[in-house]
Amino acid sequence: MNEFSLFPAVFYFLAAMTVVSAVGVALSNNIFYSAIALMGTLLGAAGLYVMLAADFLAVVQIFVYVGGILVLTLFAINLTSRIGDVTVSNRSLGRFPAFVLLALVGVGMMRAIGTANWHRVEVVEPVPTINRIGEAFLTTHILPFELASLVLLAALVGAVVLSRKELREGRG
Amino acid sequence: MMEIGLNHFLVVGALVFLAGLFCVLTRRNAIGILMGVELILNSANINYLAFARYSSVSYDGQIFAVFVIMLAAAEAAVGLAIVLGIYQMFHTIDVDATDTLRL
Repeated sequence: MNEFSLFPAVFYFLAAMTVVSAVGVALSNNIFYSAIALMGTLLGAAGLYVMLAADFLAVVQIFVYVGGILVLTLFAINLTSRIGDVTVSNRSLGRFPAFVLLALVGVGMMRAIGTANWHRVEVVEPVPTINRIGEAFLTTHILPFELASLVLLAALVGAVVLSRKELREGRG
Repeated sequence: MMEIGLNHFLVVGALVFLAGLFCVLTRRNAIGILMGVELILNSANINYLAFARYSSVSYDGQIFAVFVIMLAAAEAAVGLAIVLGIYQMFHTIDVDATDTLRL
């Protein structure tokens, strides 16, 4: 990496985007704005994945999270919140105890990051990862890969059953 | 300027985790809680990939991250279906109001 690399500037931009959006998700009073801020976090995290030489994961992140989970979340918000009722999110624990707990956890994690002696290897030039990941899925990790398809099928059927139950039985 | 290394990414992961934890702790809206869970899963993924890059020569961290994303998708689908079911039954998704175990 040469002297005038763009790497630090890009990293700080993406890190700021990720963290600021995450704080926005946590603090916004309007659940809709939280969902939009979540998109910033997900896209920033996808950028960080690229910087960590995980190109395949970055694309999967954008497909699954931004294209799938976030759209689903927005649908759920629009189906459940009443129009005009903008501040549907409230506090359960209260912000002060939450901040105290957060400070304790945060100090512990920062000390762990600062003091731990991680195993380190020489950082190599990034190479495309998709071939290696595909091979690993069909050789070493084939059992979790097949289980994943089973889990997704179960989730699919479960979601359909859960959301159609009321219609069929006519309860409530 | 300091070289960007493993610790920088771990700090980002820790901050995203803290935001997600705060979200889970303080929200009463069930969808808000689910979004906090998504933040926590993302912070775990950032850590997986940071360690896969800086302290491992294999791709196992990235493969774990794929499974985390898969489970997050399944969790979101089932979780939001449950939220919609709760809304049909209670006409609210405030988790404090839904303390009835049977009707």
